[in-house]
Amino acid sequence: MKITVADVEYVARLARLALSKAETELFAGQMDAILGYVDKLNELDTADVRPTSHAVPMENAFREDAVNPSIGVEKALANAPDRVDSFYRVPKVIE
Amino acid sequence: MKFQPVIGLEVHTQLKTGSKIFCGCSTTFGSEPNSQTCPVCLGLPGALPVLNKKVVEFAIKAGLATNCIIAHHSVFARKNYFYPDLPKGYQISQLEEPICRKGWLDIQLEGQEAKRIGITRIHMEEDAGKLVHGDVPGLDDGSGVDLNRACTPLLEVVSEPDLRSSDEAVAYLKRLHRIVTWLGICDGNMEEGSFRCDANISVMPVGSDTLGTRAEIKNVNSFKFVKQAIDYEIQRQIALIEDGGSVVQETRLFDPNSGTTRSMRSKEEAHDYRYFPDPDLVPLVIDADWVQHAHKELPELPEHRRQRFITELGLPEYDAEVLTASRGVADYFEECVAFHHNAKAVSNWLMSEVTRALNDSGAAIDACPVIPSQLAELIKMIDKGAISGKIAKTVFEEMWKNGGEPQAIVEKRGLAQVSDSGAIEAIIDEVIAANMAQVEEFRGGKEKVLGFFVGLVMKASRGKANPALVNELLLAKLKVQ
Amino acid sequence: MDIFELTIHQLHNELKTGAVSSLEATKAMLARIESVEPHVGSFITLTPESALAEAEAADRRIASGEAHVLTGIPLALKDIFLTEGIRTTCGSRILHNFVPPYSATSWERLRDCGCVLLGKLNQDEFAMGSSNESSAFGVTRNPWDTTRIPGGSSGGSAAAIAARQATATLGTDTGGSIRQPASHCGCVGLKPTYGRVSRYGVIAYASSLDQVGPITRDVTDCAIMLGAVAGYDPRDSTSVRTPVPDYTAALTGDVKGLKIGLPKEYFITGLDRDVQESMARAIETYGRLGAEFVEISLPHTDYAVATYYLIATAEASSNLARYDGVRFGHRSPQAEGLIDMMTKSRSEGFGAEVKRRIMLGTYALSSGYYDAYYVKAQKVRTLIMGDFTRAFENVDVILTPVAPTPAFKIGEKTNDPLQMYLSDIFTIPVNLAGTCAMSVPAGFSALGLPIGLQLIGRPFGEETILRAGHAFEQATEWHTRKAEI
Repeated sequence: MKITVADVEYVARLARLALSKAETELFAGQMDAILGYVDKLNELDTADVRPTSHAVPMENAFREDAVNPSIGVEKALANAPDRVDSFYRVPKVIE
Repeated sequence: MKFQPVIGLEVHTQLKTGSKIFCGCSTTFGSEPNSQTCPVCLGLPGALPVLNKKVVEFAIKAGLATNCIIAHHSVFARKNYFYPDLPKGYQISQLEEPICRKGWLDIQLEGQEAKRIGITRIHMEEDAGKLVHGDVPGLDDGSGVDLNRACTPLLEVVSEPDLRSSDEAVAYLKRLHRIVTWLGICDGNMEEGSFRCDANISVMPVGSDTLGTRAEIKNVNSFKFVKQAIDYEIQRQIALIEDGGSVVQETRLFDPNSGTTRSMRSKEEAHDYRYFPDPDLVPLVIDADWVQHAHKELPELPEHRRQRFITELGLPEYDAEVLTASRGVADYFEECVAFHHNAKAVSNWLMSEVTRALNDSGAAIDACPVIPSQLAELIKMIDKGAISGKIAKTVFEEMWKNGGEPQAIVEKRGLAQVSDSGAIEAIIDEVIAANMAQVEEFRGGKEKVLGFFVGLVMKASRGKANPALVNELLLAKLKVQ
Repeated sequence: MDIFELTIHQLHNELKTGAVSSLEATKAMLARIESVEPHVGSFITLTPESALAEAEAADRRIASGEAHVLTGIPLALKDIFLTEGIRTTCGSRILHNFVPPYSATSWERLRDCGCVLLGKLNQDEFAMGSSNESSAFGVTRNPWDTTRIPGGSSGGSAAAIAARQATATLGTDTGGSIRQPASHCGCVGLKPTYGRVSRYGVIAYASSLDQVGPITRDVTDCAIMLGAVAGYDPRDSTSVRTPVPDYTAALTGDVKGLKIGLPKEYFITGLDRDVQESMARAIETYGRLGAEFVEISLPHTDYAVATYYLIATAEASSNLARYDGVRFGHRSPQAEGLIDMMTKSRSEGFGAEVKRRIMLGTYALSSGYYDAYYVKAQKVRTLIMGDFTRAFENVDVILTPVAPTPAFKIGEKTNDPLQMYLSDIFTIPVNLAGTCAMSVPAGFSALGLPIGLQLIGRPFGEETILRAGHAFEQATEWHTRKAEI
């Protein structure tokens, strides 16, 4: 096994996903199969290969320091699941 | 056992751009919550960042002024973590390829040799929003999210762990603070969080070369608190080790009320930020021409100016240090000197009268109602003997309050120094006639009485009489039987 | 001919002469949608009212003589494009109530041309899928055989064209999501070069791979649509300033001397027999038209799927972090505290495939695995790009199948994600290389299922593949067949 149930639980916590026990086991198996497949990349010697972030070479995209009008509080909050005044409201942090 | 503290600082400076780092929203402080937002800084689906060029220009300036190498190629990376004030669920920052590397700043503590503090890196990143608790009606036990500050440009300046005491740390911070405000890239306002500091602190036995486990003190927002927090943390760690314990690597919060630090305990997973290059942004390539151009645009830096004030203008070290505390003061000073070449006199005036008046009114030097040419003119009048130093202070007050040229004020209020010996003699004669007893005392050898007469003559002339002339004439009259 | 059967260029001629108004065309489209939609399921949201208003505005513009070729053309967008004031779900429950306050650049450009928006099209959730089965808004069926998938993730965009529910549509393509459904539904679909079309306002799946493109009835329409949406956008840092040519001018019908590369890695055993035969016939056709063939090798093809599933999922895991229940979208009503709220909102809002990819991507970026997985994949990506660069030293176009098989049955591959991923083997390398490619109808299987031909071009070589696709279309009749529905 490349990936254990404990790994899946750790990753789920990082990704803020709550998985049921069944889901955790299912994902462990599926991720294991996929990562096993992905291992084929190790057949390639890439020691001297540069990693690619963008396939099309690009550099230096800027905007000038000009202030544009904002969209306004109402538009900003139009989709808010919960709000108070001009704030988004979120539940308190429980440690 | 003696312990040696080892301190490294991470300073976040908010850049003084008009718009945010990745969108066109305003960076103004203190507006209605969420009123300075758009799809980009709200992290709405589909929105994409575009880099504000001025942020790059400011970063290059900061790098050059702190002796850094400006990277030819640098990239933005995503730092992934969840928090409600972080709209996208990641912060755009730089990790492996920051814009500036390997710089330094010199600090000097009183009575010590100058010490060079290494700067590991400077990188650009976006700020998070703010979480508000409590004081908003309706929030109840929840929190309010305000994203006005989200996406505001920051430079993070990371020092090497070269600092060995809280005094050194504060000296370094002050140097850095002066640089960024000098360059005009940060307003330096620590209360509003424009210049904030995280300190990494560890202790090790003197003579050891193995670093101890460090604690990170977060967000300390004044020079005084930095000193307090570091001193407390050093003592805490030493006491812990001496008691047979060991320091845990953790993040601690400074509490200004108690002057102590406390652990930010959290059940969170160990930080695993999963940095990777942000595919929405393209690499930043800064060629030699750009750096050269930035170099040319750089103002004369404080350290260089301080040296020049000493060598070229002959100022004492103390004066040079005070006058280069900010670029505004140094500029003001040099403008004055350009009008009137008595540097030391200008320095004295700036450090006394002008500073006092500025402090009383709370104004910054660039808002000083007396402009450099006027101050220079005033000092010139003293040096020429047109007014006395004392009268000059009165004139200065008038200039500060109501404006106007010193010469006009002197004329209008009849404050010109009287150097007409006939007029002064007339006053002296009156004074002598009215105080014969004291005249006798003087003639009897009690020469201190001279001061009494000078005072009376000056008073009678309403301060305008030329003091040197008064002295001379008085002596002559008193000595004559 | 029914109005809904017309292509863009045909309908434009009718509108220009006044034979048909945009309002009539739009009403005809809406009626067609109403009649076939229950069998197909192409749409997530319909916008009939605004469509009729836009049609009337378009008619006024046409009357004033200031019409663009797209003025008054009724079309529909994959629900991944933000449309101001119109719900945009990206096929996900987490955005079931999201009404964006701004529009995607590509939709703004089409709207400025005077297009009429009929609605928002079904897709795989967050564009993650090859069958449209991961949508939270029900399955979309292939109009050629409603027991089969339309392909994905732009399945709704392709099905709507095949079912004549829109004159043209826009999709997005991250690993084949335009070309594969176009192939499965017998349409033309083009994935432009990375940077050619703005991604602003397009919900991100994998930012370094995503690209916007048209799905249309024929190659001419494809050229028209591409011309309308392509071009530099200052709001997308990865959009390029390369000028946009007149793509329709490239449709000369002439492919004499065109050098077509046939990569040996794509004509493998295991390729469906019908697909093989279609490819053989296509090669014959091009031969007749005077094209030349060069056998080429793209040696790293076999590593593309693995590379893709690391890069795409890593980027996705980060792109999908903003769905946290704080500012928009689904928020779990039964959460205790902040962290629980975020976790539950995400867990309830995302479907299984999205969760799986977030998990995989998070893992690939996590401490201790970043170099072994993510960086390794980025390096192999360099090798795959190199394959194409070398190939294009000798050829103008590369011809391959789009998919190894025609459309599969609904439910056939849902339990085996890896098998599903492997069905994108011919389309994924193009996204990794960042170049352009299109799918053109090239035949039918014995069961009457469409089979598409993929033409891959050089970066910014859209004109060449459009010319090659157009010439093929002129020489064949596949694009004229209709799905009976």
